[in-house]
Amino acid sequence: MDERKIRVVVAKPGLDGHDRGAKVVARALRDAGMEVVYTGLRQTPEQIVETVLQEDADAVGISILSGAHTFYFTKIIGLLKEKDAGDIIVFGGGVIPDKDIPGLLEAGAGAVFGPGTPTSVCVEWLEKAVADKRAKEQ
Amino acid sequence: MNTEYKEARAKFEAGVAKSLQKHKERKESFSTGGGLPLGRLYGPDDVESVDYMRDIGFPGEYPFTRGVQPTMYRGRFWTMRQYAGFASAEESNERYRYLLSQGTTGLSVAFDLPTQIGYDSDDPMAQGECGKVGVAIDSLQDMEILFDQIPLDKVSTSMTINAPASVLLAMYICVGEKQGVPMDVLSGTIQNDILKEYIARGTYIFPPKPSMRLITDIFEFCSENVPKWNTISISGYHIREAGSTAAQEVAFTLADGIAYVEAAARKGLDPNVFGERLSFFFNAHNDFLEEVAKFRAARRMWARIMKDRFGVTNPKAQMLRFHTQTGGSTLTAQQPENNIVRVTMQALAAVLGGTQSLHTNSMDEALALPSEKSVGIALKTQQIIAYESGVTNTVDPLAGSYVVESLTNEIEKKAFEYIGQIDDMGGMLTAIEKGYVQKHIQDAAYDYQRSVEAKESIVVGVNKFQVREDNREMNLLTVDASVGERQIAKLRKLKEARDNLAVKNALEDIRAAAADDSRNLMPLIINAVRSYATEGEICGVLRNVFGEYTENIVL
Amino acid sequence: MDILINKALAGDMRAIARIISLIENGDPIADAVMRRIYPLTGKAMVIGITGSPGAGKSTLTDKLIESFRKKGKTVGIIAVDPSSPFSGGAILADRIRMQRHTGDEGVYIRSMGTRGSLGGLSRGTREAVLLLDACGKDVIIIETVGVGQSEVDIIKIADTVCVVLVPGMGDDIQIMKAGIMEIANVFAINKADKPGVDRVAAEVRLMLELVRDKSWTPPVHLTVAENGTGVEEFAESIVKHHEFIKNSPEGARFEFRRLSSEVEDILLKNLTRKAEKVWRSQKSGKLMEDLAARKTNPYTVASDILRKLFPQADYDEGIKEANTSHVTPDN
Repeated sequence: MDERKIRVVVAKPGLDGHDRGAKVVARALRDAGMEVVYTGLRQTPEQIVETVLQEDADAVGISILSGAHTFYFTKIIGLLKEKDAGDIIVFGGGVIPDKDIPGLLEAGAGAVFGPGTPTSVCVEWLEKAVADKRAKEQ
Repeated sequence: MNTEYKEARAKFEAGVAKSLQKHKERKESFSTGGGLPLGRLYGPDDVESVDYMRDIGFPGEYPFTRGVQPTMYRGRFWTMRQYAGFASAEESNERYRYLLSQGTTGLSVAFDLPTQIGYDSDDPMAQGECGKVGVAIDSLQDMEILFDQIPLDKVSTSMTINAPASVLLAMYICVGEKQGVPMDVLSGTIQNDILKEYIARGTYIFPPKPSMRLITDIFEFCSENVPKWNTISISGYHIREAGSTAAQEVAFTLADGIAYVEAAARKGLDPNVFGERLSFFFNAHNDFLEEVAKFRAARRMWARIMKDRFGVTNPKAQMLRFHTQTGGSTLTAQQPENNIVRVTMQALAAVLGGTQSLHTNSMDEALALPSEKSVGIALKTQQIIAYESGVTNTVDPLAGSYVVESLTNEIEKKAFEYIGQIDDMGGMLTAIEKGYVQKHIQDAAYDYQRSVEAKESIVVGVNKFQVREDNREMNLLTVDASVGERQIAKLRKLKEARDNLAVKNALEDIRAAAADDSRNLMPLIINAVRSYATEGEICGVLRNVFGEYTENIVL
Repeated sequence: MDILINKALAGDMRAIARIISLIENGDPIADAVMRRIYPLTGKAMVIGITGSPGAGKSTLTDKLIESFRKKGKTVGIIAVDPSSPFSGGAILADRIRMQRHTGDEGVYIRSMGTRGSLGGLSRGTREAVLLLDACGKDVIIIETVGVGQSEVDIIKIADTVCVVLVPGMGDDIQIMKAGIMEIANVFAINKADKPGVDRVAAEVRLMLELVRDKSWTPPVHLTVAENGTGVEEFAESIVKHHEFIKNSPEGARFEFRRLSSEVEDILLKNLTRKAEKVWRSQKSGKLMEDLAARKTNPYTVASDILRKLFPQADYDEGIKEANTSHVTPDN
């Protein structure tokens, strides 16, 4: 059936190998009908941004448990803006203390999901964020 | 089983069935956290098949179900070993000395990710990662600082290092040299378990074949030169963290163990000898009874595997000795203080399961690296269990419990089924390559996530009994962002000061030997480390010769 | 629209990516785009890579990219993964093994979900290939789903179809079942460092003896994609086959056949789309109840829809035939 699917890149930036969360989220997004481009471990911000552009993704989800979240979020958002792709939704999760979240949102992250967030919350949020983004395009 | 009992039990069951019509139980069916069905009541008939001498035996005797020591904790407590390390060698050294002053009895070094994956701090891949999840080590110089004023002949040190384990072990040996401690006095453990990196943890570098060779090189070198060193810590911990069940944790860990024994035997090493230096590392999760049973089952299974499969007769090489860490994935970011309680129960399960050493997680680890205060509480938890709970005063107190013995049997049965399937596939390397292991773990992880979201599994503070809160006020540890820069500056100075010709020659020697399977790389790596070749330089040469691994995704 | 097409033709990767999405989504604009760019197509070498899951298709593709890049060719990749029949979602993970090329401007990688399409490709694979061709990619590699069967659509799109086999996976049986033998132009027996490789190669060669068309005998290469062994020779065979079809009568016949199937596919796709539209407008609770109560039947309903689309045609010829033929009911 013809329809515009939500395409989302799920990536693990950096060297952190804990991918349980990324994989669970990827599956949940798939089960919600989205097309999930999964890039695997050890992605540089440049690779992630390039992937997002090549895949015409609506959004990119990044998972970081190594404490390097501020570095990667800012870098990825910055690169997207540089490529004139600041409209692409950036969201993520991992081991991220609450006190760091406002900074990430300010930098341009759409949402940051802490440990224990149900995947359904993440799915609903993303569906709405993509719908809003597409409404703006028209 | 006598008839009187059988009749009485039948009568009891009938009575329960009747009352169930009026008062239902909380759930239709009950199961363990690992998904094993759990009955309402266990009795003598549930352990009818158990033969005490064959299946349980005495502590310190085959099949070691009751423990590896005859007196267990009446003789000596487990080693209280807290995994720690962050920022630079200087900061971590300070934390280690604090821990030692607080009564910790063994060190456990956490390295940062660039170190774990063989990159120096000045590598582009290391950007943003230096000192984040552990200490940044680039060269012997850092290692000297890390163990400054810590006598290597007095402490035992565990290092969570896998793909570049040879390099870090070589550095430790060289620090010993400088302190005047000979190799054969050093005691400790390197994790050195690459298979679970492919399966669950992700800090691999090289493809399986050369990785296995590095591991068996270490086995060989240490059995001759560092006899008190545990050359591998075969780890189920990360498999469990990635979402496996308890039975899978045991199965896949022991299957990894089988692969290592086979590889070493192929190299001509005697399992009766190197078998003594194999150690294991398990997770202590929430389901208390299942976890106790899991440890007991793992011990019995390994003894049987070593004896029946590899013909090992040396009891010390049949024993499964293990380290335990409480389950990191069970910690909640919500109401972090509750984690103290979770950790206590998990630690108790590990002790009742007969662990040889233990790391208790700190309550704030779902949010950040632990602060000094929370590390202190975690360590005190172990001390309270050791000194106050009383469970340490008799050996294997839960033996003979109908349910514990039944679950021990169940886990053994289930785990041997998995191992059988892996054998049929041609062994663990093939099973990993085909994604069999990863698939099972990911399915279990996804099932668990769904059961939490459907509230079939309850996590206090997360999907029930939530309170409004904010952890913004918590005093979390933050890693100084300048670690990377400081490390880079140190590296620059080091490269100016060292004998670069010696480094170049040492690296070329490694390159040549790497291409020749019959040579042992360990002495050459020690030589390179001694000349202050950096970890990144050594791993870079090996990357050139061995190539790099790409993960096998199964979703 | 024109701006987007011009950007794409000028090589703007994001524009190319966007147009492929429009195609995938069945956007009506896609047809116009294809008409516009079609004259610019036909220059690229289009390679299909098929074979069962776990055969190492992605790793081999990764090595082929490297090989073509070394020769200065630009490369486009379409990697197809299955969509879930339940949710319609998909995990697209083929590019993991090609990620090292992401920074290379001469390489464009696009993952596509099958979105209900059978035959090993996705809806819109053909159009995506044409677009990459028009945008100047020298080589286009399509990695099929690789479920090991009915992977036949690839011959309608690729100039050269490569079948990847591995020892010890029961591929021999798979090949015969799926008729993959007939579609292969080049074989790679991958993971050739594993035991059993000689047996697989021998079996393939044996089966090739039975192939009727002797103008091109598919070469059989032993490769170890992981370390690049045999990949250069494999790539050379692909190039050779491409030259063969471009310069031989067989090649011309192949091209006509392909164009003809292209027209058929477009025709069918458009018809389906139109028919679905009418059906959706007709579908009502009442109609469904009538169907359930057997007051009408799906055949009549379908004829009625077709009549709406083609008022002139005769939809009852089958019925007339049945009435006039001398079929005696069984009883």
